[in-house]
Amino acid sequence: MKYIEEFQDPELAGKLLDDIHATVTRPWALMEVCGGQTHSIIRHGIDQLLPEELELIHGPGCPVCVTPLELIDKALEIASRPGVIFCSFGDMLRVPGTGRDLFQVRAEGGDVRVVYSPLDALALARENPDREVVFFGIGFETTAPPNAMAVHLAAREGLRNFSLLVSHVRVPPAIEAIMNAPHCRVRAFLAAGHVCSVMGTEEYPELAERHRVPIVVTGFEPLDILEGVRRAVRQLEAGRATVENAYQRAVVPQGNPAARAMLAEVFTTTDRGWRGIGVIPDSGWRLAPRFEEFDAEHRFSVEGITTREPAACRSGEVLQGLLKPHECEAFGTTCTPRTPLGATMVSSEGACAAYYLYRRLGGTTTAPLEASTVD
Amino acid sequence: MCLAVPGKVLRIEERDGTRMASVDFGGVVKEVCLEYVPDLRVGEYTIVHVGFALQRLDEDSARRTLELFENLGLLEEEFGDPWRAAEAEQRADGVPQPGDAPREVRL
Repeated sequence: MKYIEEFQDPELAGKLLDDIHATVTRPWALMEVCGGQTHSIIRHGIDQLLPEELELIHGPGCPVCVTPLELIDKALEIASRPGVIFCSFGDMLRVPGTGRDLFQVRAEGGDVRVVYSPLDALALARENPDREVVFFGIGFETTAPPNAMAVHLAAREGLRNFSLLVSHVRVPPAIEAIMNAPHCRVRAFLAAGHVCSVMGTEEYPELAERHRVPIVVTGFEPLDILEGVRRAVRQLEAGRATVENAYQRAVVPQGNPAARAMLAEVFTTTDRGWRGIGVIPDSGWRLAPRFEEFDAEHRFSVEGITTREPAACRSGEVLQGLLKPHECEAFGTTCTPRTPLGATMVSSEGACAAYYLYRRLGGTTTAPLEASTVD
Repeated sequence: MCLAVPGKVLRIEERDGTRMASVDFGGVVKEVCLEYVPDLRVGEYTIVHVGFALQRLDEDSARRTLELFENLGLLEEEFGDPWRAAEAEQRADGVPQPGDAPREVRL
Protein backbone atom coordinates (compact mmCIF):
# COMPACT_ATOMS: atom_id res chain seq x y z
CA MET A 1 0.00 0.00 0.00
CA LYS A 2 1.26 3.42 -0.95
CA TYR A 3 3.05 5.37 1.79
CA ILE A 4 2.93 2.58 4.32
CA GLU A 5 5.89 0.43 3.22
CA GLU A 6 7.88 3.54 2.26
CA PHE A 7 7.62 4.79 5.82
CA GLN A 8 8.88 1.48 7.22
CA ASP A 9 12.18 1.49 5.30
CA PRO A 10 14.94 0.11 7.58
CA GLU A 11 17.72 2.01 5.80
CA LEU A 12 16.04 5.37 6.29
CA ALA A 13 15.21 4.39 9.86
CA GLY A 14 18.93 3.90 10.41
CA LYS A 15 19.63 7.44 9.19
CA LEU A 16 17.02 8.91 11.50
CA LEU A 17 18.35 6.85 14.42
CA ASP A 18 21.90 7.98 13.75
CA ASP A 19 20.77 11.58 13.77
CA ILE A 20 18.90 11.09 17.03
CA HIS A 21 21.93 9.37 18.62
CA ALA A 22 24.16 12.22 17.48
CA THR A 23 21.82 14.86 18.90
CA VAL A 24 21.02 13.56 22.37
CA THR A 25 23.31 14.69 25.19
CA ARG A 26 21.15 14.13 28.27
CA PRO A 27 18.04 12.34 29.53
CA TRP A 28 14.64 13.37 28.24
CA ALA A 29 11.19 11.85 28.69
CA LEU A 30 8.85 12.12 25.70
CA MET A 31 5.19 11.17 25.69
CA GLU A 32 3.48 9.74 22.64
CA VAL A 33 -0.13 10.70 23.17
CA CYS A 34 -1.85 8.20 20.92
CA GLY A 35 -2.29 4.50 21.65
CA GLY A 36 -1.86 3.76 17.94
CA GLN A 37 1.63 5.21 18.21
CA THR A 38 2.30 3.16 21.35
CA HIS A 39 1.48 0.00 19.42
CA SER A 40 3.74 1.02 16.54
CA ILE A 41 6.60 1.77 18.97
CA ILE A 42 6.35 -1.54 20.81
CA ARG A 43 5.62 -3.60 17.71
CA HIS A 44 8.73 -2.33 15.91
CA GLY A 45 10.87 -2.14 19.03
CA ILE A 46 11.50 1.56 18.39
CA ASP A 47 11.98 2.40 22.06
CA GLN A 48 14.84 -0.13 22.23
CA LEU A 49 16.62 1.45 19.28
CA LEU A 50 16.67 4.92 20.78
CA PRO A 51 19.56 6.23 22.91
CA GLU A 52 19.08 5.11 26.48
CA GLU A 53 18.81 8.74 27.54
CA LEU A 54 15.41 8.87 25.83
CA GLU A 55 12.35 7.43 27.53
CA LEU A 56 9.04 7.11 25.74
CA ILE A 57 6.16 7.46 28.16
CA HIS A 58 2.90 6.02 26.84
CA GLY A 59 0.05 8.49 26.96
CA PRO A 60 -3.70 8.22 27.59
CA GLY A 61 -4.67 8.30 23.91
CA CYS A 62 -6.65 5.09 23.87
CA PRO A 63 -10.33 6.04 23.62
CA VAL A 64 -11.57 2.59 24.60
CA CYS A 65 -9.34 2.66 27.68
CA VAL A 66 -10.45 6.06 28.98
CA THR A 67 -14.20 5.58 28.44
CA PRO A 68 -15.58 5.92 31.97
CA LEU A 69 -16.73 2.72 33.68
CA GLU A 70 -20.11 4.26 34.44
CA LEU A 71 -20.73 4.74 30.74
CA ILE A 72 -19.64 1.17 29.95
CA ASP A 73 -22.12 -0.03 32.57
CA LYS A 74 -24.82 2.14 30.98
CA ALA A 75 -23.95 0.62 27.59
CA LEU A 76 -24.27 -2.89 29.06
CA GLU A 77 -27.64 -2.01 30.58
CA ILE A 78 -29.03 -0.48 27.37
CA ALA A 79 -27.67 -3.33 25.23
CA SER A 80 -29.51 -5.83 27.45
CA ARG A 81 -32.90 -4.32 26.77
CA PRO A 82 -35.35 -6.00 24.42
CA GLY A 83 -35.98 -4.06 21.24
CA VAL A 84 -32.51 -2.53 21.21
CA ILE A 85 -29.82 -3.14 18.60
CA PHE A 86 -26.61 -2.01 20.26
CA CYS A 87 -23.80 -1.16 17.83
CA SER A 88 -20.16 -0.70 18.71
CA PHE A 89 -16.67 -0.80 17.30
CA GLY A 90 -15.14 -4.23 17.85
CA ASP A 91 -12.64 -3.40 20.56
CA MET A 92 -15.39 -2.37 23.01
CA LEU A 93 -16.75 -5.95 23.17
CA ARG A 94 -14.34 -7.29 25.77
CA VAL A 95 -13.87 -4.11 27.77
CA PRO A 96 -14.82 -5.04 31.30
CA GLY A 97 -17.67 -3.17 32.91
CA THR A 98 -18.66 -3.84 36.49
CA GLY A 99 -18.92 -7.63 36.42
CA ARG A 100 -19.52 -8.25 32.70
CA ASP A 101 -18.84 -7.03 29.16
CA LEU A 102 -20.73 -6.59 25.87
CA PHE A 103 -19.64 -10.03 24.77
CA GLN A 104 -21.48 -11.55 27.71
CA VAL A 105 -24.52 -9.39 27.09
CA ARG A 106 -24.62 -10.80 23.57
CA ALA A 107 -24.23 -14.36 24.89
CA GLU A 108 -27.17 -13.69 27.22
CA GLY A 109 -29.37 -12.71 24.28
CA GLY A 110 -28.70 -9.00 23.82
CA ASP A 111 -28.58 -7.84 20.21
CA VAL A 112 -25.03 -6.47 20.10
CA ARG A 113 -23.54 -5.79 16.69
CA VAL A 114 -20.01 -4.86 15.70
CA VAL A 115 -19.87 -2.18 13.02
CA TYR A 116 -16.98 -0.72 11.05
CA SER A 117 -18.51 2.74 10.67
CA PRO A 118 -21.25 4.79 12.37
CA LEU A 119 -22.90 4.83 8.94
CA ASP A 120 -23.41 1.06 9.31
CA ALA A 121 -25.37 1.73 12.50
CA LEU A 122 -27.40 4.33 10.67
CA ALA A 123 -28.21 1.79 7.94
CA LEU A 124 -29.39 -0.65 10.63
CA ALA A 125 -31.71 2.05 11.97
CA ARG A 126 -33.19 2.55 8.50
CA GLU A 127 -33.67 -1.19 8.01
CA ASN A 128 -35.21 -1.76 11.44
CA PRO A 129 -37.74 1.02 12.03
CA ASP A 130 -39.39 -0.95 14.85
CA ARG A 131 -36.14 -1.30 16.81
CA GLU A 132 -34.05 1.21 18.76
CA VAL A 133 -30.55 1.38 17.28
CA VAL A 134 -27.93 2.72 19.69
CA PHE A 135 -24.38 3.45 18.62
CA PHE A 136 -21.58 3.63 21.21
CA GLY A 137 -19.89 6.85 20.12
CA ILE A 138 -16.46 6.86 21.65
CA GLY A 139 -13.19 8.29 20.43
CA PHE A 140 -10.97 11.33 20.11
CA GLU A 141 -11.20 14.18 17.61
CA THR A 142 -10.53 11.67 14.83
CA THR A 143 -13.68 9.64 15.44
CA ALA A 144 -15.96 12.46 16.55
CA PRO A 145 -16.62 13.87 13.03
CA PRO A 146 -17.85 10.52 11.61
CA ASN A 147 -20.13 10.09 14.62
CA ALA A 148 -21.32 13.70 14.31
CA MET A 149 -22.17 13.01 10.66
CA ALA A 150 -24.29 10.01 11.68
CA VAL A 151 -26.33 12.21 14.03
CA HIS A 152 -26.57 14.97 11.43
CA LEU A 153 -27.87 12.50 8.84
CA ALA A 154 -30.29 10.91 11.31
CA ALA A 155 -31.72 14.36 12.04
CA ARG A 156 -31.93 15.20 8.33
CA GLU A 157 -33.74 11.96 7.56
CA GLY A 158 -35.94 12.13 10.66
CA LEU A 159 -34.66 8.75 11.88
CA ARG A 160 -36.21 8.71 15.34
CA ASN A 161 -34.96 5.23 16.28
CA PHE A 162 -31.25 6.13 16.18
CA SER A 163 -29.26 7.41 19.14
CA LEU A 164 -25.65 7.86 20.20
CA LEU A 165 -24.17 6.96 23.57
CA VAL A 166 -21.51 9.64 23.61
CA SER A 167 -18.09 9.55 25.23
CA HIS A 168 -15.91 11.72 23.04
CA VAL A 169 -12.65 13.11 24.37
CA ARG A 170 -10.21 15.83 23.30
CA VAL A 171 -6.41 15.79 23.33
CA PRO A 172 -5.42 19.37 24.31
CA PRO A 173 -7.12 19.31 27.76
CA ALA A 174 -5.43 15.94 28.40
CA ILE A 175 -2.02 17.47 27.61
CA GLU A 176 -2.87 20.30 29.99
CA ALA A 177 -3.81 17.81 32.74
CA ILE A 178 -0.61 15.79 32.22
CA MET A 179 1.57 18.91 32.43
CA ASN A 180 -0.24 20.08 35.59
CA ALA A 181 0.08 16.71 37.36
CA PRO A 182 2.53 16.64 40.26
CA HIS A 183 5.86 15.00 39.40
CA CYS A 184 5.21 15.32 35.67
CA ARG A 185 8.30 14.04 33.86
CA VAL A 186 7.15 14.69 30.29
CA ARG A 187 9.43 17.15 28.48
CA ALA A 188 7.98 16.86 24.97
CA PHE A 189 4.89 15.47 23.27
CA LEU A 190 4.43 13.52 20.08
CA ALA A 191 0.94 14.76 19.23
CA ALA A 192 -1.53 12.36 17.61
CA GLY A 193 -1.33 12.76 13.83
CA HIS A 194 -4.86 11.88 12.84
CA VAL A 195 -6.38 14.01 15.59
CA CYS A 196 -4.53 16.88 13.91
CA SER A 197 -5.70 15.79 10.44
CA VAL A 198 -9.11 16.88 11.72
CA MET A 199 -8.31 19.66 14.18
CA GLY A 200 -5.14 21.09 12.65
CA THR A 201 -2.41 22.47 14.86
CA GLU A 202 -3.92 25.74 16.06
CA GLU A 203 -4.78 24.49 19.55
CA TYR A 204 -1.18 23.64 20.41
CA PRO A 205 1.15 26.69 20.24
CA GLU A 206 -0.37 28.22 23.37
CA LEU A 207 0.14 24.94 25.27
CA ALA A 208 3.72 24.56 24.03
CA GLU A 209 4.60 28.09 25.04
CA ARG A 210 2.90 28.15 28.44
CA HIS A 211 4.36 24.81 29.54
CA ARG A 212 7.66 25.25 27.71
CA VAL A 213 7.10 21.88 26.06
CA PRO A 214 7.82 20.98 22.41
CA ILE A 215 4.80 19.44 20.66
CA VAL A 216 5.54 17.55 17.45
CA VAL A 217 2.62 16.33 15.36
CA THR A 218 3.59 12.75 14.53
CA GLY A 219 2.35 9.98 12.28
CA PHE A 220 2.14 6.25 12.92
CA GLU A 221 4.63 4.41 10.74
CA PRO A 222 8.10 3.70 12.17
CA LEU A 223 9.78 6.50 10.20
CA ASP A 224 7.06 8.92 11.28
CA ILE A 225 7.65 8.08 14.93
CA LEU A 226 11.42 8.38 14.57
CA GLU A 227 11.04 11.75 12.84
CA GLY A 228 8.72 12.93 15.63
CA VAL A 229 11.29 11.88 18.22
CA ARG A 230 14.13 13.44 16.21
CA ARG A 231 12.40 16.80 15.96
CA ALA A 232 11.36 16.79 19.62
CA VAL A 233 14.91 15.98 20.73
CA ARG A 234 16.39 18.70 18.49
CA GLN A 235 14.06 21.22 20.14
CA LEU A 236 14.85 20.01 23.65
CA GLU A 237 18.60 20.08 23.09
CA ALA A 238 18.33 23.59 21.63
CA GLY A 239 16.11 24.83 24.45
CA ARG A 240 13.17 25.49 22.13
CA ALA A 241 9.50 24.67 22.75
CA THR A 242 7.37 25.11 19.66
CA VAL A 243 4.82 23.19 17.62
CA GLU A 244 6.20 21.31 14.62
CA ASN A 245 4.39 19.22 12.07
CA ALA A 246 6.28 16.01 11.28
CA TYR A 247 3.25 14.50 9.51
CA GLN A 248 2.69 16.97 6.71
CA ARG A 249 1.35 14.46 4.23
CA ALA A 250 -1.81 14.14 6.32
CA VAL A 251 -1.93 17.27 8.47
CA VAL A 252 -2.42 20.90 7.43
CA PRO A 253 -2.45 23.75 9.99
CA GLN A 254 -6.17 24.44 9.68
CA GLY A 255 -7.11 20.75 9.84
CA ASN A 256 -10.31 19.77 8.10
CA PRO A 257 -12.68 22.79 8.08
CA ALA A 258 -15.75 20.78 7.04
CA ALA A 259 -15.23 18.28 9.85
CA ARG A 260 -14.60 21.03 12.39
CA ALA A 261 -17.77 22.82 11.31
CA MET A 262 -19.77 19.61 11.79
CA LEU A 263 -18.26 19.11 15.25
CA ALA A 264 -19.29 22.65 16.19
CA GLU A 265 -22.81 22.02 14.92
CA VAL A 266 -23.48 18.67 16.57
CA PHE A 267 -21.39 18.70 19.76
CA THR A 268 -20.62 21.02 22.62
CA THR A 269 -17.61 20.69 24.93
CA THR A 270 -18.11 19.32 28.42
CA ASP A 271 -16.15 18.14 31.46
CA ARG A 272 -15.50 14.43 31.00
CA GLY A 273 -14.37 11.66 33.33
CA TRP A 274 -11.46 9.58 32.00
CA ARG A 275 -11.33 6.02 33.27
CA GLY A 276 -8.40 5.58 35.64
CA ILE A 277 -7.58 9.29 35.55
CA GLY A 278 -10.63 11.24 36.74
CA VAL A 279 -12.52 14.25 35.48
CA ILE A 280 -10.60 16.59 33.17
CA PRO A 281 -12.29 19.96 32.69
CA ASP A 282 -13.65 20.67 29.24
CA SER A 283 -12.03 17.48 27.90
CA GLY A 284 -15.03 15.97 26.16
CA TRP A 285 -17.86 16.50 23.76
CA ARG A 286 -21.54 15.78 24.27
CA LEU A 287 -24.42 16.33 21.90
CA ALA A 288 -25.54 19.95 21.58
CA PRO A 289 -28.99 20.68 23.08
CA ARG A 290 -30.73 20.72 19.68
CA PHE A 291 -29.62 17.11 19.11
CA GLU A 292 -30.65 15.95 22.60
CA GLU A 293 -33.27 13.53 21.21
CA PHE A 294 -30.41 11.54 19.65
CA ASP A 295 -28.63 11.22 22.99
CA ALA A 296 -28.98 7.63 24.26
CA GLU A 297 -28.48 8.80 27.84
CA HIS A 298 -31.48 11.09 27.37
CA ARG A 299 -33.58 8.47 25.59
CA PHE A 300 -32.96 5.58 27.98
CA SER A 301 -33.09 6.40 31.64
CA VAL A 302 -30.51 4.21 33.30
CA GLU A 303 -30.55 4.53 37.06
CA GLY A 304 -28.91 2.86 40.00
CA ILE A 305 -25.51 2.08 38.48
CA THR A 306 -22.85 1.26 41.02
CA THR A 307 -19.44 0.92 39.45
CA ARG A 308 -16.63 -1.23 40.81
CA GLU A 309 -13.11 -1.43 39.42
CA PRO A 310 -11.02 -4.52 40.19
CA ALA A 311 -8.57 -3.58 42.94
CA ALA A 312 -5.67 -5.33 41.21
CA CYS A 313 -5.96 -3.25 38.01
CA ARG A 314 -3.48 -0.41 37.76
CA SER A 315 -4.50 0.79 34.30
CA GLY A 316 -5.02 4.32 35.65
CA GLU A 317 -1.32 4.56 36.40
CA VAL A 318 -0.47 3.04 33.02
CA LEU A 319 -2.69 5.62 31.27
CA GLN A 320 -0.97 8.44 33.10
CA GLY A 321 2.46 7.15 32.18
CA LEU A 322 3.33 6.45 35.83
CA LEU A 323 3.70 2.71 35.35
CA LYS A 324 4.85 0.55 32.45
CA PRO A 325 2.40 -2.31 31.77
CA HIS A 326 4.79 -5.14 32.67
CA GLU A 327 5.47 -3.51 36.04
CA CYS A 328 1.91 -4.35 37.13
CA GLU A 329 1.67 -7.55 39.24
CA ALA A 330 -1.44 -8.70 37.37
CA PHE A 331 0.14 -8.28 33.90
CA GLY A 332 0.20 -11.56 32.01
CA THR A 333 -0.89 -13.54 35.08
CA THR A 334 -4.42 -12.72 36.24
CA CYS A 335 -4.78 -10.13 33.47
CA THR A 336 -4.51 -11.17 29.80
CA PRO A 337 -6.39 -10.11 26.65
CA ARG A 338 -8.74 -13.08 27.16
CA THR A 339 -9.33 -12.33 30.84
CA PRO A 340 -8.68 -8.59 31.10
CA LEU A 341 -8.97 -6.68 34.34
CA GLY A 342 -8.84 -3.32 32.59
CA ALA A 343 -9.52 -1.83 29.19
CA THR A 344 -5.82 -1.21 28.51
CA MET A 345 -5.39 -4.99 28.10
CA VAL A 346 -8.10 -5.38 25.43
CA SER A 347 -8.14 -2.32 23.26
CA SER A 348 -6.20 -2.38 20.00
CA GLU A 349 -4.61 0.82 21.28
CA GLY A 350 -4.12 -0.16 24.92
CA ALA A 351 -0.56 -0.10 26.22
CA CYS A 352 -0.99 -3.34 28.20
CA ALA A 353 -2.28 -5.11 25.09
CA ALA A 354 0.73 -3.86 23.11
CA TYR A 355 3.18 -5.16 25.71
CA TYR A 356 1.37 -8.49 25.91
CA LEU A 357 1.01 -8.93 22.18
CA TYR A 358 4.66 -8.25 21.45
CA ARG A 359 5.91 -10.15 24.50
CA ARG A 360 7.40 -7.14 26.18
CA LEU A 361 7.90 -8.82 29.51
CA GLY A 362 10.34 -7.02 31.71
CA GLY A 363 12.01 -5.14 28.87
CA THR A 364 12.86 -8.00 26.50
CA THR A 365 11.15 -8.74 23.24
CA THR A 366 10.86 -11.54 20.80
CA ALA A 367 9.16 -11.61 17.44
CA PRO A 368 5.55 -10.47 17.46
CA LEU A 369 3.25 -13.16 18.78
CA GLU A 370 -0.05 -12.37 17.14
CA ALA A 371 0.91 -9.42 15.01
CA SER A 372 -1.82 -10.05 12.50
CA THR A 373 -4.53 -9.37 15.06
CA VAL A 374 -3.50 -5.75 15.47
CA ASP A 375 -4.61 -2.77 13.33
CA MET B 1 -9.52 3.98 17.00
CA CYS B 2 -7.29 6.69 15.67
CA LEU B 3 -5.92 4.12 13.30
CA ALA B 4 -6.57 5.58 9.91
CA VAL B 5 -5.12 4.24 6.71
CA PRO B 6 -4.36 5.67 3.29
CA GLY B 7 -6.40 4.43 0.38
CA LYS B 8 -6.85 5.29 -3.29
CA VAL B 9 -10.13 6.69 -4.58
CA LEU B 10 -11.47 4.42 -7.36
CA ARG B 11 -14.98 5.77 -7.98
CA ILE B 12 -17.16 8.58 -6.65
CA GLU B 13 -20.96 8.78 -6.51
CA GLU B 14 -23.80 10.54 -4.72
CA ARG B 15 -25.90 8.18 -2.62
CA ASP B 16 -28.99 9.45 -0.76
CA GLY B 17 -27.58 12.97 -0.89
CA THR B 18 -24.23 11.86 0.55
CA ARG B 19 -20.94 11.89 -1.34
CA MET B 20 -19.48 8.38 -1.28
CA ALA B 21 -16.46 6.68 -2.85
CA SER B 22 -15.07 3.21 -3.40
CA VAL B 23 -11.59 3.29 -1.91
CA ASP B 24 -8.88 0.71 -2.48
CA PHE B 25 -6.74 -0.26 0.53
CA GLY B 26 -4.10 -2.42 -1.11
CA GLY B 27 -6.65 -4.78 -2.65
CA VAL B 28 -9.48 -4.41 -0.13
CA VAL B 29 -12.15 -2.05 -1.46
CA LYS B 30 -14.45 -0.25 0.98
CA GLU B 31 -17.22 2.29 0.73
CA VAL B 32 -16.09 5.60 2.20
CA CYS B 33 -17.95 8.83 2.94
CA LEU B 34 -16.38 11.87 1.25
CA GLU B 35 -18.50 14.57 2.90
CA TYR B 36 -15.48 15.93 4.79
CA VAL B 37 -13.13 15.99 1.79
CA PRO B 38 -15.63 16.77 -0.98
CA ASP B 39 -13.04 17.88 -3.55
CA LEU B 40 -11.19 14.54 -3.58
CA ARG B 41 -10.79 13.19 -7.11
CA VAL B 42 -10.53 9.69 -8.53
CA GLY B 43 -6.91 8.51 -8.37
CA GLU B 44 -6.03 10.59 -5.30
CA TYR B 45 -5.09 9.12 -1.93
CA THR B 46 -6.93 9.85 1.28
CA ILE B 47 -6.62 9.04 4.97
CA VAL B 48 -9.67 7.00 6.00
CA HIS B 49 -11.00 6.39 9.50
CA VAL B 50 -14.16 4.40 10.37
CA GLY B 51 -15.50 4.79 6.84
CA PHE B 52 -14.79 8.50 6.42
CA ALA B 53 -12.15 10.30 4.41
CA LEU B 54 -10.63 12.74 6.90
CA GLN B 55 -7.85 14.34 4.89
CA ARG B 56 -6.27 14.21 1.45
CA LEU B 57 -2.92 12.40 1.54
CA ASP B 58 -0.48 14.80 -0.03
CA GLU B 59 1.82 12.73 -2.26
CA ASP B 60 4.26 15.59 -2.89
CA SER B 61 4.67 16.09 0.82
CA ALA B 62 5.20 12.36 1.37
CA ARG B 63 7.89 12.33 -1.30
CA ARG B 64 9.62 15.40 0.13
CA THR B 65 9.65 13.86 3.61
CA LEU B 66 11.24 10.67 2.27
CA GLU B 67 13.84 12.74 0.41
CA LEU B 68 14.63 14.62 3.59
CA PHE B 69 15.27 11.31 5.37
CA GLU B 70 17.34 10.14 2.42
CA ASN B 71 19.57 13.21 2.65
CA LEU B 72 19.80 13.19 6.40
CA GLY B 73 23.37 13.29 7.53
CA LEU B 74 24.69 14.89 4.31
CA LEU B 75 24.64 18.40 5.75
CA GLU B 76 26.00 17.08 9.01
CA GLU B 77 28.97 15.54 7.15
CA GLU B 78 29.62 18.84 5.41
CA PHE B 79 29.31 21.25 8.30
CA GLY B 80 28.93 19.16 11.45
CA ASP B 81 31.24 18.44 14.36
CA PRO B 82 33.64 15.75 13.05
CA TRP B 83 33.98 14.11 16.47
CA ARG B 84 30.26 13.66 16.84
CA ALA B 85 30.01 12.49 13.25
CA ALA B 86 32.70 9.87 13.90
CA GLU B 87 30.90 8.72 17.03
CA ALA B 88 27.67 8.42 15.09
CA GLU B 89 29.45 6.43 12.40
CA GLN B 90 30.94 4.06 14.95
CA ARG B 91 27.47 3.50 16.34
CA ALA B 92 26.17 2.88 12.86
CA ASP B 93 28.91 0.31 12.37
CA GLY B 94 27.69 -1.45 15.45
CA VAL B 95 30.68 -0.54 17.64
CA PRO B 96 29.19 -0.46 21.10
CA GLN B 97 29.37 2.92 22.80
CA PRO B 98 29.09 3.58 26.47
CA GLY B 99 25.41 3.96 27.17
CA ASP B 100 24.34 2.49 23.84
CA ALA B 101 20.82 1.18 23.65
CA PRO B 102 20.48 -2.30 22.17
CA ARG B 103 20.49 -1.73 18.45
CA GLU B 104 18.76 -4.14 16.21
CA VAL B 105 16.69 -2.75 13.38
CA ARG B 106 13.59 -4.90 13.17
CA LEU B 107 11.42 -2.58 11.16
